[in-house]
Amino acid sequence: MNFPLLSLMIWLPLVGAGLMFVTQGNEIVAARNARWIALWTSLIVMILAIVMLLGFNPAAHDFQFTETAHWIPQFHVAYRLGVDGISLFFVALSALLTPIAVLASWRETRRVRDYMAAFLLLETMTIGMFCSLDFLMFYMFFEGVLIPMYVIIGVWGGERRVYAAIKFFVYTLAGSLLMLLALVWMWHNAGTTNMIVLMHTPIPPHIQDWLFLAFLASFGVKAAVWPLHTWLPDAYGEAPLPGTIMLAAVLSKMGAYGFLRFSLPMLPQASAYFAPLMFVLGIMAVIYISFAALAQTDMKRMIAYSSVAHMGLIVVGIFTFTVEGIEGALFQMVSHGLVIAALFLCVGVLLARGHSLRLDQLGGLAARMPVYAAFLMLFVMANVGLPGTSGFVGEILVMIGAIQVNFWVALLTGTGMILSVAYMLVLTRRVLFDHARGIASALIDDISGREWAMLAPLAILVIVLGFIPNGLTFAFNNAVKDLVHAHMSALGQAHLAMAKP
Amino acid sequence: MLAIAVLAPLAGALLVGLLRPFVTRGMAVGLSVASLIISALAAIVTDYRHLVLQVPDHLVVLGPWISVAQFTPHWTLRVDTLSLVMVGMVSVVSAIIHVYSVGYMAGDRTEPRFFAYISLFTFAMLMLVTANNLLQLFFGWEGVGLMSYLLIGYWYDRASANEAAIKAFIVNRVGDLFFAVGIALTYLQFHSVDYSVIFNGATQAVSARYHVFGADLPVLEVISILLFVGAMGKSAQLFLHTWLPDAMEGPTPISALIHAATMVTAGVFMTVRMSPLIAQAPVAMDVIAVIGGATAFFAATIGCVQNDIKRIIAYSTCSQLGYMFLAVGVGAAPAAIFHLVNHAFFKALLFLAAGSVIHALAEEQDIRRMGGLWRKLPVTYVTMWAGALALAAIPPFSGFYSKDAILAAAFADHSASAMFGWLLGTLAAGLTAFYIVRLLLMVFHGTPRGPREAIAHAHESPLVMLGPLIVLAVGALASGFLLAPSFIGGRFGAFWSSSIALPAHGAVMQALHLVPVWAERMPLLLAIAGIGVAYWLYELAPGLPARLARALPGLYAFLLNKWYFDELYDAVFVRPAWRLARFIWRVGDEEVIDGIPDGIARLTSDASGQAVKLQSGSIAVYGFVMLIGLTVLITLFLLVR
Repeated sequence: MNFPLLSLMIWLPLVGAGLMFVTQGNEIVAARNARWIALWTSLIVMILAIVMLLGFNPAAHDFQFTETAHWIPQFHVAYRLGVDGISLFFVALSALLTPIAVLASWRETRRVRDYMAAFLLLETMTIGMFCSLDFLMFYMFFEGVLIPMYVIIGVWGGERRVYAAIKFFVYTLAGSLLMLLALVWMWHNAGTTNMIVLMHTPIPPHIQDWLFLAFLASFGVKAAVWPLHTWLPDAYGEAPLPGTIMLAAVLSKMGAYGFLRFSLPMLPQASAYFAPLMFVLGIMAVIYISFAALAQTDMKRMIAYSSVAHMGLIVVGIFTFTVEGIEGALFQMVSHGLVIAALFLCVGVLLARGHSLRLDQLGGLAARMPVYAAFLMLFVMANVGLPGTSGFVGEILVMIGAIQVNFWVALLTGTGMILSVAYMLVLTRRVLFDHARGIASALIDDISGREWAMLAPLAILVIVLGFIPNGLTFAFNNAVKDLVHAHMSALGQAHLAMAKP
Repeated sequence: MLAIAVLAPLAGALLVGLLRPFVTRGMAVGLSVASLIISALAAIVTDYRHLVLQVPDHLVVLGPWISVAQFTPHWTLRVDTLSLVMVGMVSVVSAIIHVYSVGYMAGDRTEPRFFAYISLFTFAMLMLVTANNLLQLFFGWEGVGLMSYLLIGYWYDRASANEAAIKAFIVNRVGDLFFAVGIALTYLQFHSVDYSVIFNGATQAVSARYHVFGADLPVLEVISILLFVGAMGKSAQLFLHTWLPDAMEGPTPISALIHAATMVTAGVFMTVRMSPLIAQAPVAMDVIAVIGGATAFFAATIGCVQNDIKRIIAYSTCSQLGYMFLAVGVGAAPAAIFHLVNHAFFKALLFLAAGSVIHALAEEQDIRRMGGLWRKLPVTYVTMWAGALALAAIPPFSGFYSKDAILAAAFADHSASAMFGWLLGTLAAGLTAFYIVRLLLMVFHGTPRGPREAIAHAHESPLVMLGPLIVLAVGALASGFLLAPSFIGGRFGAFWSSSIALPAHGAVMQALHLVPVWAERMPLLLAIAGIGVAYWLYELAPGLPARLARALPGLYAFLLNKWYFDELYDAVFVRPAWRLARFIWRVGDEEVIDGIPDGIARLTSDASGQAVKLQSGSIAVYGFVMLIGLTVLITLFLLVR
């Protein structure tokens, strides 16, 4: 057996969280220890993730860094881990954003130890979920994510935190229960929960439809597919800022990842059958949510809505079943993770200076905080998909995938190009330009060293991926090609089976 | 060498941006100007080598960009006649305007930011014109759009500047959406976005069909129209023109560089670049000719009654871009590029001269409060006349060669759309001469109408601003007859070689020298008549224009309010969009979609609110217990199943 890299990445944060409760000392010491333990643990995981990225062989077709151990052998349930081109960057994204979230929480003073422990627990759950190759494990991690997130919103959130936390919990749990049913059925059918086996186990088409809907309920809620999105503005709005970052950047990707990992390969006929529905939902997200974003009066909520609108693009890309569309969706997921995290960090910069986030009370910050203005402008442009930023690559690839389906899918998905500019420019105008209003007219500092450390890596990644996206797409390539190929051949076989009565 | 020309402005902008905290303001400005001068010199050397010494065309590959499936655009610099002409024009005009800006922007608080922006703009524009595939063109396209947005809103504490900047970006994006879909459709048809693949495949693709709008349409027509809609946005053609006049909120050197000489011509450049494809799409060419001709006329009519010195010139830009599209539409793409280059020089000149006037009068832009300035600003006066005569197409100034060539080509084409374009274009030629001479007379002649103090303080601009004016004035005088033989003369085929493709082997280009004399001279006659009318109305009978306006109140208001396009769009798009946005948020999201689960949620939230309060101990422990509980439950469930 190889070096258990993935296990180490999954369980190390949990060890770190445990360590916080072992150390002795008064509250201030404990808080300081908790911060540093959280930072160092998450940084070590990030280094491990870099090792993983460097060790990943993009030419190979199988899962890599695989680990297997017994768990409940009599039911063919095992501890199975591995990554391929599809999951690789989500593991990396989780590992990159956790230390950033920890840094963003640096000033938190309420129950610091619990707070930091919750973020480390969240990291365990997300990385575990993206690495799982066993459906049962996947399900447990998928559900497990709820717990730290629920606590983070419910305890450290804003004024309406309890409402938001409950809404978040109930929505996602309700969806997940349906997935549990699907899980049980598929397990019966195949006799194992090994996902690689499940991907090659055919399922009768009429059953596929039901399973697809069950998955849609679960993944759709997580990815905030319209009209299952309404938990999101509340959760994003009320969560403490680092929690919002993890929600928007990592957790929202879990749903889209689920579509790619389960719906497409395991339910090919149903995916094809429901693809038009998914296009409609995706396009609705782009258009409807963009308009809702335009009406927002709070900076954080506007960015939250923008996040949902971009998820629509990702859904469309996935269900084009083309290499271009799916790679575009994957790229957009990674890019969106970086960009939306950065935008929320920019919100955090204002919060840290005691600003209101109401758009009519901000303004004129470009003159007072030029470096901040430059960062915000960069991320806004990445969010609207300007070429030269990572946002563009995903957007154009999705569009190229979409036009292979239908002219209108491409055109309507593309309206996001116009609408996103409309609300993001309203936002930059209200925040950066115009005259200073309210508290913004006071003298305030430009961004600090700690904020540089959070924003600069994201800025560099956004630009580098915009100019040389190949580093990512090469890693996607084989996994996506195999996925599309398997999907097409499954559809082809179904066609043959139908033709032969 | 070309790489230096393209990358020097980028290097300049990055250095200014990154080194800003460590260098003085003067050094930052110097760095920007130096990088542009290097770029311009490199461009001139490259142009000389290729266009005069006939070094063959080639590609400079900088590296791969995206590679997914067959979608593999590279970062490439394409060296052919068309891109070299554009590179030369862009970098030279940009360098001249950089120098001018040193004088114009002196005293601005954030001067280095201004210079970093225009250097970055120049880089994006050069990437656009040297692209070898549609995607890199789109990169430059969006890049110039971003810089245009930032520069229109440069004085960001002005509400009007912010509104104009946002409007420009959004209207451009409407065009860009169609452009992007056009790129996607091109890829669908040709499995590549590289020019060479598209151009080689275009002739075979003539019969290919694409099912859209409930019909099987020729795919090349659909692609051409989509790309042209993109061009309409960038080049401010009728229906997508509304952003350009508002863009005059930016500093005047920006109006000269971006909103006259370079960026707005990107749409024309793109349609010429894609001429091998568009030449196979006759319906699209008709559309281009009609829109171009209509814009030329429409914008000229508005220009006749406006009172803001910069807005008049802005509408004139719209109108001149219309001529260029007319040329593309009738199959005379070389004439379009010829006019584009001439226009770059004389329009940059007009704007910079207007800037000099505005500068002298402490930011006054209303020509009704000017007058009699020619003694105060002699150099500006003379150079601006050069620009005006070039615009009015009076020989031997440059506009005469290119505009008349376009109208001759339109006449020679004989198709209905071309005749429509010829008619409107010829009328517009008269209007053009009228409004620009009206402007000159109102600004420089007659009695001073402004506040006595402002007029008394008026002074000629410093040498650093006058130098560029003189250089451009020489260009406006000479570029026409110097370039005509190569660009549209007998040698045009050899000069452009394969970089421009023309329908029917350039029949229109051959025929434009054979049109009857009356048709050939008609634009010139109308232009002289326009000048005469302007002289009569504004010099001999100064009370007459106001009486005319009173006599025809409907027409006057219609023109003064720019055909009510802004009001129309506001009523049809802008306000309904805001209403829809608020409706979706307040009613759609909060009441309808949230209504059902909220009922349930409200119940639970009461109960769980209590539960949350109960957790007085460690939250993390609580969370951990939940996790363990879940694991145990599921494991139990499995074991006792």
